[in-house]
Amino acid sequence: MSEVKKSNFEPKIIVFACNWCTYTGCDQAGRSRMQRPPNVRIIRHMCSGRIDPLNILYALKNGADGVIIGACHLGDCHYVSGNFKTVRRAALLKTYIEQLGYNPKRLQMWHISASEGAEFTEKIKEYINELKEIGPNPSKKILK
Amino acid sequence: MTDNNNNFKSSNSDLKIGVYVCHCGKNIAGVVDVDEVTEYAKKLPNVVIAKNYKFMCSKNGQQIIADDIKAGLINRVVVASCSPLMHEETFRRVLRENNLNEFYFEQANIREQASWVTLYDPKGATEIAKDHVQMSVAKVSNNLPLERQKLPITQEILVIGGGITGIFAALDLANKYKVYLVEKSPTIGGHMAQLDKTFPTMDCSACITTPKMVEVGRHPNIKLITYAEVTNVDLTVGNFKVQILQKAKKVNQDLCTGCGSCAEVCPVTTGNEFDLNMSHRGAVYIPFPQAVPSKYLIDSNACIECKLCEKACEVGAIDFSDKDKIIDIKVGAIIIATGYEPIDPSNLTQYGYHKYKNVITALEMERLLSSYGPTLGKIVRPSDHKPPKSMAFVQCVGSRDFHEGFNKYCSRVCCMYAIKQARQFKEKYPDAEVYIIYMDIRSFGKGYEEFYEIAAREYGIKFIRGRVGDVYEEIDKSLTLRVSDTFLGEIFELKVDLLVLSVGIKPSSDTIQIGRMLGVQQTEDGFLMEAHPKLRPVDSLSEGIFIAGTCQAPKDIPDSVAQAKAAASGADNFVSKGFVEIEPYYSYVLSYKCSGCKSCISVCPYNAISFNPIIKSSEINILKCKGCGTCMITCPSGAIEQNHFTYNQLTSEVESLFWD
Repeated sequence: MSEVKKSNFEPKIIVFACNWCTYTGCDQAGRSRMQRPPNVRIIRHMCSGRIDPLNILYALKNGADGVIIGACHLGDCHYVSGNFKTVRRAALLKTYIEQLGYNPKRLQMWHISASEGAEFTEKIKEYINELKEIGPNPSKKILK
Repeated sequence: MTDNNNNFKSSNSDLKIGVYVCHCGKNIAGVVDVDEVTEYAKKLPNVVIAKNYKFMCSKNGQQIIADDIKAGLINRVVVASCSPLMHEETFRRVLRENNLNEFYFEQANIREQASWVTLYDPKGATEIAKDHVQMSVAKVSNNLPLERQKLPITQEILVIGGGITGIFAALDLANKYKVYLVEKSPTIGGHMAQLDKTFPTMDCSACITTPKMVEVGRHPNIKLITYAEVTNVDLTVGNFKVQILQKAKKVNQDLCTGCGSCAEVCPVTTGNEFDLNMSHRGAVYIPFPQAVPSKYLIDSNACIECKLCEKACEVGAIDFSDKDKIIDIKVGAIIIATGYEPIDPSNLTQYGYHKYKNVITALEMERLLSSYGPTLGKIVRPSDHKPPKSMAFVQCVGSRDFHEGFNKYCSRVCCMYAIKQARQFKEKYPDAEVYIIYMDIRSFGKGYEEFYEIAAREYGIKFIRGRVGDVYEEIDKSLTLRVSDTFLGEIFELKVDLLVLSVGIKPSSDTIQIGRMLGVQQTEDGFLMEAHPKLRPVDSLSEGIFIAGTCQAPKDIPDSVAQAKAAASGADNFVSKGFVEIEPYYSYVLSYKCSGCKSCISVCPYNAISFNPIIKSSEINILKCKGCGTCMITCPSGAIEQNHFTYNQLTSEVESLFWD
């Protein structure tokens, strides 16, 4: 039974993307018609350094199954060093959400450049499968 | 989800949001159910109008929005269409022209991030579209009116790279602006100066390049900075502060007459880079006779400081005290034209480059063909300096190659230069056998196919569709190739005197550094990325920075020149406006909330934040702030806000995803 349940589950993934790399990379994936399942919602920020940890926690609290921080590669940040700060924040946040009882894999820190639409698509597909293994966000049950 | 968690959902009578869903022909409407999205949008809080139309970006589409604004029906606009990177500006202009603050606009991306990525799942795509519309509605409810700042643009332009692309870009701009042309090597001209003839017209390359080089050297508005590299750039749009490091030439360029008495006495011999080390030069040298500037310089790495040249120079131009110097300039726009370098085939061991003397690359062949090359235009085998009786070209060396470390892309020029070189060789030695072993012949340009046809039909060049698996050297230093003919499905051996590898091209080695310095993204293959592959082929995503030539992608000379002119026109268009409008995305401090911890100061990459001890609060210099928003998230008191990406705006976006 549980097997069937798992396969029906479609994870909801929110991508917090920086404007210059990941958001543009996602656009490039679209322009190249790289197909991915419709589980992804993308929110545009100017820099990954602007991505608010509170919003990530809000998303997890309210039942997002996966949250991805999309930043430029280290050294390629449009704003010199915003993504370095994000990397540190993401590491802390991961520990924090684990303490709150979430699987730390629900938060991902990805570096996707503006030309890596293909890589984004591949990683998203893998991540969706991974989330299907992990199962739905436990918050959903509590909210119900 | 309970209602008290989303105060943005509560109705606000001042807000009148209009949602416009674009079909984009069939691009969106073919997958996403636009009617369903429109109906869904109507039910969203504060939405008063929701419509859909075939092409929102068309004149008629824009008119729909304009009419609704003029009629006073709406005061916030959401367009669900393509990426904001594509048409945000178009729709903002509609608001501006109708006296509505342009920042009361949001664009929901339902093409690149919905319909195009889920072509076979219309239901899923519609769901994404709904969510994206919902997020934009939530965000636009919190948008605030903003004004763009206007900053004057410096009326000077920098061109990086003095190859044919840089030369044309500089010449096109120089009649109107002061242009700085920075070149890494001691002379401009780039790779084109190394070529003998150009396909398909067989123009003498030097004859068409050198007049342009001279024109650059003479132009009163072009400041030529050779033997120099850009080391640092302050990316203030329209007023880029650029630091250039010019290496010591140790010859006073103003005094040097280019007579060459110094080179005659120089006891040093070292490889001449211009001839790919196939000839020698002294430590004091001129790269090639037609170099611009036509002045000698001393190679500090090779010089033994015997100072014989100092005595030989009659005008006293030799100056051993000359040091590297830093030049600071301020420019309004930058054109990157850093060009390419041929790939090194040494790692492709099957071809035996470097191992066998008679295996050379096409650029080396080009120098051999050149009348001012190491052999003065005589084609000889490197092993015995005798003319080869047979020759083979192997195509796609390092291009279209899926092995690790080689390029997957087609280098675009190799087919044509191989045919050109084969024809030139045949012209000199009509009895010799010439083979071109190819994967596909790509003769795509104007007059290229005809050029190829004639090579096969009239010159008797033999085209073999296949791959070379291995190369052996015989006792007489000739080469045996094991070729697999993919038409006949046969493997056979071919004996030739000389093997030319048609090597592909890759971005020059400093492209990464230049790209990072100027905030220009690179594609997977290392070339610089344009803002849009079709509509903005020479713009970068950074305003005021343009890319042209082979640093953007492999291309031939006509295409490089075309891009040079396009980039020049882009830069002219940008600079001639006189002022730049900066997006008002800067951050600001709510001083009543600031606790004075100064955390923000340490995270700002632009030193835009300072602490004001009188009001005991941080302050942000909005002219320096580029609007990344890192300080805002770092602030533990929530005292910093970023325009257009405020706490309310982005939080409401996230919250809207959980409305249902």
